[in-house]
Amino acid sequence: MTAAKKIATRESYGNALAELGKEFQNLVVLDADLAGATKTGVFKKAFPERFVDCGIAECDLMGIAAGMATCGAIPFASTFAMFASGRAYEIVRNSIGYPHLNVKIGATHAGISVGEDGASHQCNEDLALMRTIPGMTIIVPSDDIESKAAVRAAIETDGPFYLRFGRFAVPVINDRPDYKFEVGKGIVLREGTDVTIAATGLCVSSALDAAEKLAADGISAEVINFHTIKPLDKELLIASAKKTGKVVTAEEHSVIGGLGGAVCEALSEATPTPVLRIGIQDVFGESGPAAELLHKYQLDGEGIYDQVKAWIK
Amino acid sequence: MNIQELKKMANEVRKNILVATHAAKSGHPGGSLSAAEVYTYLYFQEMNIDPKNPKDPDRDRFVLSKGHTAPGLYSTLALRGYFPAEWLTTLRQTGSNLQGHPCMDHTPGIDQNTGSLGQGVSSAVGMAMFAKMNGKSFRTYALLGDGEIEEGLVWEAAMFAGYRKLDNLCLIVDNNNLQIDGPITEVCSPYPIDEKFRAFNFHVINVADGNDMEQIAAAFKEARETKGAPSVIVMKTVKGKGVSYMENQVSWHGVAPDDEQFRIGMEDLEKIGEAL
Repeated sequence: MTAAKKIATRESYGNALAELGKEFQNLVVLDADLAGATKTGVFKKAFPERFVDCGIAECDLMGIAAGMATCGAIPFASTFAMFASGRAYEIVRNSIGYPHLNVKIGATHAGISVGEDGASHQCNEDLALMRTIPGMTIIVPSDDIESKAAVRAAIETDGPFYLRFGRFAVPVINDRPDYKFEVGKGIVLREGTDVTIAATGLCVSSALDAAEKLAADGISAEVINFHTIKPLDKELLIASAKKTGKVVTAEEHSVIGGLGGAVCEALSEATPTPVLRIGIQDVFGESGPAAELLHKYQLDGEGIYDQVKAWIK
Repeated sequence: MNIQELKKMANEVRKNILVATHAAKSGHPGGSLSAAEVYTYLYFQEMNIDPKNPKDPDRDRFVLSKGHTAPGLYSTLALRGYFPAEWLTTLRQTGSNLQGHPCMDHTPGIDQNTGSLGQGVSSAVGMAMFAKMNGKSFRTYALLGDGEIEEGLVWEAAMFAGYRKLDNLCLIVDNNNLQIDGPITEVCSPYPIDEKFRAFNFHVINVADGNDMEQIAAAFKEARETKGAPSVIVMKTVKGKGVSYMENQVSWHGVAPDDEQFRIGMEDLEKIGEAL
């Protein structure tokens, strides 16, 4: 794992769009003056006639995407997670979610791993916001391979999607021959008996590191990658919770309303289980290099290990 | 349809607006009545549409950006044959196909869900852009309220449409001068409306009387013939037009007529119809 190749999922997103553009002729990509940062610029270079820059107007970006979707296009609307889910929330809710249009929101620069730009741009609330919209599918890929699979799945599945990508380069962890991406299906990456670590996004890699350290202490952790936040794979979650009796959630998002919230909701109804929610603890972020912030906010392998260890001792 | 027939049809649209809102005991008759000529002209003359094939990919599109005036649109769609007229008296009731604000899933002929002001125009711009990118010849129309253009999203959409020279797009601003809290000049005046759109690179068509079918017809002809820029028809209208006690009354924005008011209103419209 230490020598693993690293790539930011926003890069994977841009590359996936460009790769799939030829196969899917009704794929169009829209951005709001951030094509260089969201990496939709890669698609723009390959298919300039199917790229539309809406300017710094994220609400209009979503409305234009909605209008195109009513005509049969498959629009990917891209901007930073903060603006896609926050600023444009009500347009996403009313113009895309309510009519259940086939718009794919490609939200990049999610979470505190945005780094130096600081709290104004570190969106730790998007999953909570998007989860409340009926019919919205939400995916947080954990690496390059999963990002590309998620983009393809979004194209091949009718209805609105929210795809969450990051700015920070993360290790490739899904390069197994038997890797299979299925919307709404969690993936058990490591089996265990003492505690379940339900992780998403870049925290999947951190959770695997933590599980390794826990094993050295004689604690057997089961690590599950919940790339799909909605619909959540409740069946897999409940089965694992029943087996281990303890569940930890790990995400680069507020502990309110994201994976942690979704897991608590599901477990409390089906099989009440003690849960530790690891994430952003209801605070705003701050400026700093991404790796340092992930360490400070205890979202790296060491941070997750420390918190799990303290909780289950 | 000739102009006289269109005028008579607009009067029938008005009657249906009263029938629907009276049955619903709620809704927005004032702004529905002010735009009756526009609905009528678009659906009976201007647009390339087929009520039997409401999802035809090559049809012209209409987005009711001021979605609260759905009774005006529903009344027109019923008369045009999109659905049975009996639906009108189910407006806003539980389980009805006619939601309080337009909804594609419920009602044939609706091209986008609207109701949250400012959003419809943005979707309409997306439709027009789609047509341009795909070599499609359909046109897109969107009706906005004059109060609605206080929404910032309207101007984001207008900036894009003007920059992209979307001459297959025609916006209509129903300038009845009244919004919920009072005259638009006393709330947060959007005037001068025409100059604002001109600054956003629109071809502006001012209509002195938007309740005059001849002027409406001329305006849509000019919009259709305009190339190289989107058009906006800014039309002065009378809120509550045709119903004596509703005309120019801000209080008739979102209130339905009771039984007695309904009777008087229908009498007003019968008289107008007889005179036509």
